[in-house]
Amino acid sequence: MSDDIESVEDFRLRARQWITENFGPIQPWDLDQNCENDEEELVAVARDRALQRKLFDGGFAGLCFPREYGGQGLTPAHQRAFNEELAGHEFPSRFAVPTFSPCAAVLLEYGTPEQKARHIPAILKGEEVWVQMLSEPGGGSDVAGATTAAVRDGDDWILNGSKVWTSRAWWADWGLCLARTNWNVPKHQGLTVFLLPLHQPGIEIHRIERLNGESEACQEFFSDVRIPDSDRMGEIDAGWTVGTRWMYHERIGHNSPYVTRPIGLSGAAAEGPTPVAIARKAGRLEDPAAQELIGEARALEIVTHELQRRLAAAAASGKGNTDSSAIDRLFRGMAYARQKTIAFDLAGSTAAGWTEEEEEATGAQGMDFLMRQVSCIGGGTTEIARNVISERVLGMPREPSGDRNVPFRDVPRGPKRG
Amino acid sequence: MWHVLTSDQELLRDTTARFLGDQVPLSRLRKDRDDPAGFDPGYWATGAELGWTSLLVAEEDGGGSVSGRGAVDLALIAYEFGRHAAPGPLVDCNVVAAALSGQEGDVQRAALAEILAGKAIASSCLGAAPWQRPDEASVTIRREGDDVVIDGTVRPVESARQAGWLLVTGRSDGGMSQVLVPAGEAGIEIRPLKGLDVTRRFASVTLDGVKVPRAFLVGRQADADAAVAQQLQNAAVILAAESVGAMDAAFQMTLDWAFDRYTFGRALASYQALKHRFADMKSWLEASHAVSDAAAEAVADRTDLAQEAASAAKAYIGEWGPELAQDCVQLHGGIGVTYEHDLHFFLRRVTLDRLLYGTPAEHRRLLAAIQIEREQAA
Repeated sequence: MSDDIESVEDFRLRARQWITENFGPIQPWDLDQNCENDEEELVAVARDRALQRKLFDGGFAGLCFPREYGGQGLTPAHQRAFNEELAGHEFPSRFAVPTFSPCAAVLLEYGTPEQKARHIPAILKGEEVWVQMLSEPGGGSDVAGATTAAVRDGDDWILNGSKVWTSRAWWADWGLCLARTNWNVPKHQGLTVFLLPLHQPGIEIHRIERLNGESEACQEFFSDVRIPDSDRMGEIDAGWTVGTRWMYHERIGHNSPYVTRPIGLSGAAAEGPTPVAIARKAGRLEDPAAQELIGEARALEIVTHELQRRLAAAAASGKGNTDSSAIDRLFRGMAYARQKTIAFDLAGSTAAGWTEEEEEATGAQGMDFLMRQVSCIGGGTTEIARNVISERVLGMPREPSGDRNVPFRDVPRGPKRG
Repeated sequence: MWHVLTSDQELLRDTTARFLGDQVPLSRLRKDRDDPAGFDPGYWATGAELGWTSLLVAEEDGGGSVSGRGAVDLALIAYEFGRHAAPGPLVDCNVVAAALSGQEGDVQRAALAEILAGKAIASSCLGAAPWQRPDEASVTIRREGDDVVIDGTVRPVESARQAGWLLVTGRSDGGMSQVLVPAGEAGIEIRPLKGLDVTRRFASVTLDGVKVPRAFLVGRQADADAAVAQQLQNAAVILAAESVGAMDAAFQMTLDWAFDRYTFGRALASYQALKHRFADMKSWLEASHAVSDAAAEAVADRTDLAQEAASAAKAYIGEWGPELAQDCVQLHGGIGVTYEHDLHFFLRRVTLDRLLYGTPAEHRRLLAAIQIEREQAA
């Protein structure tokens, strides 16, 4: 088999030419992941679907997915080369996370042949954007404590409950949903995963406005939603088997070999105005203190990139512990927060108020600072990452818990839970 | 550290690790606390035979790496130096040896041969640096007929009292110059300084109208800026790898302590407040490994990002190495600030390494200059 695979360097040259001919320069909405208003967002969504279709037609979609599901059957090294060549170009950013990782990755590992045949090619063609339905109003980090419940009804299941923090659910197509199917066993043993079309009777989707005014995140309310058993993934009550891999693919997120997105250290702007641009606007380029902040930001960018490379290399060589991805998660969360603080410091008092015209170029440092902790909360908090690192990487004793070996219905819950 | 080493690299690393373990255990370093040199000449000469001074030098000049990537090989040695808190002017001898590699002059070739053989120590006197304005340089180098004249003071200079050769960097009209000076030359005063480390010795070097033939110049007068930048990259790679070795030692020691030490009937390792601190330290440690390795590779391969990778490593590890070591002290409690405990050897090492060849702030300014220039060009 491996003799048939195109060499990474040949592939890289082919990818470089194709990208140059087919993909324009990177756009603000590739980086922001959400637009000023819903009309613009839906335009960006349509464009991302078209870009994903372009990748598919060009033979560059799903590089690490098997050919039988429309992928290219290549290796993580090919995906990495493609992502490096993509630096500075537009790309279908709304497909990266969570559609490809964790959702498509989990589908590939645990989906039935029918589920894979139905959904993976559709994802690769840009027809299906997926969301993950994990968190609930009663608990964020304690994912296995889900109380959204599915009850068997003939060949179907009936779903009731609520999921929250689901980005893009208001326009996305399908969701991967973790639900409780058995209350008489300990919490990890009574969960099942379902595939769920988002826009159907019984699902009500509310937008959640965040403090910066955007409202990408949603909450879904399920009232007697009917799910055919053929849309169940994995065995009944074995949802946590799927769930642990799901968490893994969520933690590696943008670094997953299934995700297409530009990477590299070209020195080009990563997101928004660069520290240099912010300092220039504040008239501080000659200020040694500002220069130190600019240099710190650049050093942090390089270190973040190299840490990802190191952990990916360890994982690929088989020497890495899969829980090492928590190190990357913790580091990225802290580094991002520091980058936002640096930008805020460089902006000085200009971050307090801005004109309409300044919004795109240099206006956002104050608001980005207010939203800073998102990088340490979303996708599993940094506190949970610290637990994973200390317990599963360093081998320290586990935290005591009130729900181990207890039937889930007897687990203590706060007044607002369940 | 590296995930994939060649068998030759493993041999190089393991031989040095064994030698350091035998020759300079911490018990020995404690005894040598007041030794004026901090190490024995025979120790250094044997180290030179193991390759400590030759890895950045071209084969035709008597050096040679084991993998074709000298900076990577040298980083393996430096890591072991950090892990053992080993004495000896590893940074300076390699920085000077690399600077002399490829030089044609007789005096440069003679000095290089002595450094490679471990017979002479060389110290680098950085009297001008790229993060300084020209008027901030502490040494000037000017032409006078067929001679060059050097004036100024540099501190701290490692092992200057033991050195046979000084590579002096100073400011000339139009750029930096470098001169190789015999340490015993008239007009040079070397005064020992008290310092942070138990094992390494520093001095201040004053050059008062020191006159040497212009043939002692390394490179051309007022044209050494690029060479100095390259030397700083080499130094950053060595210091970064050494600090990572010391961080690993301090972290492992503290991890063991957390499992062994019981308080209120529980191991320290069972307290979430402490577990989270270990998780943070682990993330700094892994990040330091990653950027140290990346800097060594980039410098070895002379990639476009070599300068930035080296400065990023020096800046990041210079900040987080001492933070990690101080956290290790905190987690040990009172025993952590005693001379009796081993931890301080590693705290000293990372703290000193932070200060040599550019502080984190200075390397950040270098990074900023590159970034500003890049964005102005774009």
